[in-house]
Amino acid sequence: MIILFGVFLLTLMVITALAIVRSESLFSAVILTAIFSLLMAANFFLLDAADVALTEAAIGAGISTVLFLGALALTGEHESGKSKNRLLALGVVTVTTLIVIYATFDKPRLGDPEAPVHQHVGAWYLEKTPELIDIPNSVTAVLGSFRGYDTLGEVFVVFTAGIGVLFLLSARPIARPKNAAPAAEPGQGLRHYLVPRIVGRLLIPFIFLFGLYVQFHGDYGPGGGFQAGAIIASAVILYALLEGEAQALRAVPMSVLKWLVAGGALLYGAVGVAGMLMGGNFLDYSVLASDPITGQHIGIILIELGVGITVTGVLLCVFHAFAARGKL
Amino acid sequence: MAMTIDIISWVLLSLGGAFVFIGGLGALRMPNLYSRIHAASLTDTMGAVLIIGGIMLQAGATLATIKLAAILLFLLVTSPTASNALASAAILSGLHPDEGKVEQWTRPK
Repeated sequence: MIILFGVFLLTLMVITALAIVRSESLFSAVILTAIFSLLMAANFFLLDAADVALTEAAIGAGISTVLFLGALALTGEHESGKSKNRLLALGVVTVTTLIVIYATFDKPRLGDPEAPVHQHVGAWYLEKTPELIDIPNSVTAVLGSFRGYDTLGEVFVVFTAGIGVLFLLSARPIARPKNAAPAAEPGQGLRHYLVPRIVGRLLIPFIFLFGLYVQFHGDYGPGGGFQAGAIIASAVILYALLEGEAQALRAVPMSVLKWLVAGGALLYGAVGVAGMLMGGNFLDYSVLASDPITGQHIGIILIELGVGITVTGVLLCVFHAFAARGKL
Repeated sequence: MAMTIDIISWVLLSLGGAFVFIGGLGALRMPNLYSRIHAASLTDTMGAVLIIGGIMLQAGATLATIKLAAILLFLLVTSPTASNALASAAILSGLHPDEGKVEQWTRPK
């Protein structure tokens, strides 16, 4: 039955992908990308990867669509002409497809217990999580503690990407591109839409609450800093859409956002250094409390908080950078 | 008892599926944007209520039912809002409900 659902979802995804390629209106391409991400999230969920599904739904279908639309407001709405090298493109696509199909011949069957991914360290992590870290969600244990270095790297990637986007977007354009669509009345938000405004205002506190739940429930169920960061950022973006960007910047000013971007990454690194100062290795949380398991819990909560803070800050900074760019 | 609950739940699920199907059909076949929004909003109000109701009966008195109820409440508030926002955006961008007759909204042959 699950195979049937999987094949159905994958077929829909192929159709969506083809529609994205075929569509000449960039606006519908963005919306189709969101649908693609949502289907992907459902697919991840079928494969029992609830954490990844939540991330894909929050970031792929949610935030990145908003950022794409923000970028679209700065450019034209339609694709600019067909490229001339269509034969070359066709050749590249054909070769890549053949390579990928060839690569799948070596792929183990879905759910095969003999697959290399189940034979490597994964089995050890699953076996040792109850003993060493003692939290129900082993994904968070692997992400936060066993592979803490990798997650630190991810946080720094998010941090660097945010700074890079800010640098690129804060440069003044030399000349305004001619085909740019005029930005909708700046700073007004959706003031003339009565129903969305009232419902949106009603929902924002609950979205915040859900974000905090996802943040701090990551030890027990699907969730964690990345998803929570995206959800909390989307609540603020909703506020900015409803009340106008200036109002959102008054609620969460840019100076606070910059501190959030750096502070989260700093908190993560500081937890690692604290472990060193207390006599352990970098990012070894066992020494943070007298009981190693309690130490692990404290460490994971703190680094997840760092991840959440950085992700929220970066997403909001990028959103505001796009919105400010439209006014230049 | 369990049998009755199962039957009610399956009736709800099938009715919900039918509503989603009708909504999808309407969104494809209706002549202009506003009637399409009208058809599509059937999917996320009636369709969602019936399907989530059916799943709630399957879940029984568990935490899952409470979560489903929360999702249902969320959908009941947000989906009509989305339809309303879409329709008022169309009005504001100048698409009059009388315009956009069949020929404009169907694909050129």
